[in-house]
Amino acid sequence: MGGSHRSGLAARGAGTAMKFAPTPALLIAPAVLLLGGLFGAAFGFSVAQSLGLWSVGVADAPTTRYYRALWSTPDMVRSLGLTLYVSTATTRCATAGGLLLALVLLRVRRWAAVVRVLIQLPLPVPHMAAAVGVALLLTQSGLLARLGHALGLLAAPADMPPLIYDRYAIGIIAAYTWKEAPFVALALAAALSNRAREAEHMARTLGASPWQTFWRITFPTVAPTLLGVATVVWVFTFGAFEVPLLLGQSYPRMLAVEAYTAYNDTNLLVRPIALALNSVIVVVTALATVPYLWLLRRANREHGDDAAEGRA
Amino acid sequence: VTGARRFPFVVAVAAVWTLLPLVPLLLWSWSGGWPWPALLPPRWSGRAWNYLLSPSTRALPALATSITLSGGVAALALVLGVPAALGLARYGGRSRAVAEAILFAPLVVPPLAVAVGLHVLFIRLGLADTMLGVMLVHLVFALPYVVLILLSASATLRGAWEEQGRSLGATPWQVWWHVTLPMLRPSLAVAATLAFLVSWSQYVLTLLIGGGQVWTLPLLVFATARGSDPALLAAAALLLVAPTLVVLLASARFLDHRQRGMAVV
Repeated sequence: MGGSHRSGLAARGAGTAMKFAPTPALLIAPAVLLLGGLFGAAFGFSVAQSLGLWSVGVADAPTTRYYRALWSTPDMVRSLGLTLYVSTATTRCATAGGLLLALVLLRVRRWAAVVRVLIQLPLPVPHMAAAVGVALLLTQSGLLARLGHALGLLAAPADMPPLIYDRYAIGIIAAYTWKEAPFVALALAAALSNRAREAEHMARTLGASPWQTFWRITFPTVAPTLLGVATVVWVFTFGAFEVPLLLGQSYPRMLAVEAYTAYNDTNLLVRPIALALNSVIVVVTALATVPYLWLLRRANREHGDDAAEGRA
Repeated sequence: VTGARRFPFVVAVAAVWTLLPLVPLLLWSWSGGWPWPALLPPRWSGRAWNYLLSPSTRALPALATSITLSGGVAALALVLGVPAALGLARYGGRSRAVAEAILFAPLVVPPLAVAVGLHVLFIRLGLADTMLGVMLVHLVFALPYVVLILLSASATLRGAWEEQGRSLGATPWQVWWHVTLPMLRPSLAVAATLAFLVSWSQYVLTLLIGGGQVWTLPLLVFATARGSDPALLAAAALLLVAPTLVVLLASARFLDHRQRGMAVV
């Protein structure tokens, strides 16, 4: 947080009152210790087991052979490819859909309350329930296929292209898009309503077309938020488990499902491979958050002065 | 860009988008058989609901466990998260950055990775297959939201009222109880809601750390999905959805856009 500015605030607020209050460090400590402890433990045990330690009678010294074993079959590459594809496709669909929903959210006047409730409705719905709903909608004898039949587009369920358990993971992408697009929409609507509305209005008054206004004003305003939200969605889908477990094909499977299956294998010697796979998931996720963290840091630098209140 | 005039169209799009996966759940759960290619179930029936709520599916115990678990997680998350957020708001410099990194890390780490990493430790500590163990791992993922919400709320507290309370001779606890807490109440409701919802939808954490012994609604839905009764599956999924809508509506008056936007993950 900007050094000189903050110390000025600190000097103003200090001394007057907070003498007997618990210190910030003391307030933060329980949460940080618990989370740090559990996280550190999860990470430590995970890495140790992936190196063959702490497991059922495997190695006394750390070994990288489980990491090598991971890459020795084409399965890993296929799973990684599928997972990258699903998280990227979901991110694209959710950000595009979210942007549209955000524009709807900001521009409605009549019925605004109804639209707002409708758009936000998917947010609290658990992924598991969304996956079931999508399955009953998209399966070859599902509601969509019945609509197709009613419209004369298909005669039998077999005419419906497979949209769940399929190789393009349509069902998984659809379920996550349904869940994440409102999240994107609300984040973008918040970013937009705060800043760009007046500029948009002015641009329109000065004769810009809606298209020009969107690309010159609206989009640049939300771009930073969009990057942040897109990263969150990407990372979240990359580690996804229950939706692919319900709607995914049996081969190749997404990484998290693969890791869970290997972890639960009756052959305990497979377990270190599961944890090596786990490390791969965590490393990719961590790498993907780098731009997001950079963004957060920049935002913190801008707003940090407000938050740093009267305490050295 | 949508104009105000095309408005009913926009409402229709929003409605279709949102209700598309929910409609088959409603129709199936109340259907008494729904053969292809009927657009609507030819017969309505409460069969699936009756069966779901009968003892043989163990749905009601799952509901009770889910409510206890998520309620407990929300309470613990507030107890730990509120002081942390208030402390964080008064903190600065590098130590704040480190504390934030630790507190917000769960937002971007897949639950499966944490569950798998903690499993062995929890077995040794006797926390595996227990409610407490499951509550702890859920807490890892609920706490960041509580801190996030309350941090942004306490950043807007200007401190002037607290200052006034103190100068009138109130103790720090009196100031907290009579001044700070009432000002934070809406954010507390939002934070508790989010923590509850995060815990409510967890599947893999409960599955792995609970080892099937902690029987929650997501586990019930997944078990039902392995069967071949779409009506029962739809009813189970709706049993999982309904309380989230109740919780959300109950706290809706406290929500604004940005805070509600955090509710996804």
